[in-house]
Amino acid sequence: MDALDGNAIGGMLRSAFGEEMTAATGVCATCGKPNVLAELRVYLRAPGAVGRCRHCGNVVTVLVERHEVTCVDLRGLAHLT
Amino acid sequence: MEGTALRGRLTWQIGTVIELIQETARTRSIVLDLPEWRGHRAGQHVDVRLTADDGYQAQRSYSIASAPEDGHLEITVERLDDGEVSPYLVGELRPGDALELRGPIGGYFVWEASLGGPLLLVAGGSGVVPLRAMLRHHSAIGSTVPMRLLYSARTLDEVIYRDELMKSAEGAIDVRFTLTREQPEGWRGYARRIDRELLAEVAWPVDDRSLVYVCGPTGFVETAAEALVALGHEPGRIRTERFGPS
Repeated sequence: MDALDGNAIGGMLRSAFGEEMTAATGVCATCGKPNVLAELRVYLRAPGAVGRCRHCGNVVTVLVERHEVTCVDLRGLAHLT
Repeated sequence: MEGTALRGRLTWQIGTVIELIQETARTRSIVLDLPEWRGHRAGQHVDVRLTADDGYQAQRSYSIASAPEDGHLEITVERLDDGEVSPYLVGELRPGDALELRGPIGGYFVWEASLGGPLLLVAGGSGVVPLRAMLRHHSAIGSTVPMRLLYSARTLDEVIYRDELMKSAEGAIDVRFTLTREQPEGWRGYARRIDRELLAEVAWPVDDRSLVYVCGPTGFVETAAEALVALGHEPGRIRTERFGPS
């Protein structure tokens, strides 16, 4: 299926971080290139919402939201600013 | 403190449907009264959540169709036949019903006066929704930033906000339609898919350093954004939002 983009996880990011995050920049830990989070390739149908680096395709974010609790895995990011 | 939202925290709130507007055969606008709403920026979206009797929840994102200056929040939803949420929103929801949502969400696919222009808005299908919020905002603040909309739809009947956009076209906004599948007799707009050639004709000259917003299905957005970059437009001034059945 076609990927969406990071705009689609704006609500989950906001509830996890407490602020708007789609305009933030995350540096991919695999290829070292920066991604505006709104530009990540996002798959919502995986177990959790998976965000992949637009440049190299590696997984940089995984978000799971269940009953007001958001679990966040950002191990694919080297930096987030 | 009870009743006080934590600063910055995004909480679910209940809106009441005050009006439903059938835009096309498959799309409907939902106008909501939201007592706790604190305003939004043009281009942002909301998450809508439906809860079944057994507690099962389904959540989707929908772009805000109204300008920040409009009195009520409006979203426009396209019915996807195999969708979990859109058939209910387009077919079942009635005035007076409650709807749970949170927002506003997003700070990237947003236009406000301080960002300037000139502006090129490129819409594929229901991708026109957040761009309509930008058009309305532009008009509401009396902006003089040059604005051009290129809107691709399959047929004239599938053009959302048709009357409103036609009216904008009589004013200061340059509105161009392309109908990819079927054109009415005497159609004077474009009749082909958006590609590099069409964008070369419609986009502002590269030297104008225009700000571009592209919204539509994933394939449409990729094609348009890649073509614009190939034509020499700065990637950093092209903002994109993709949607699809989810």
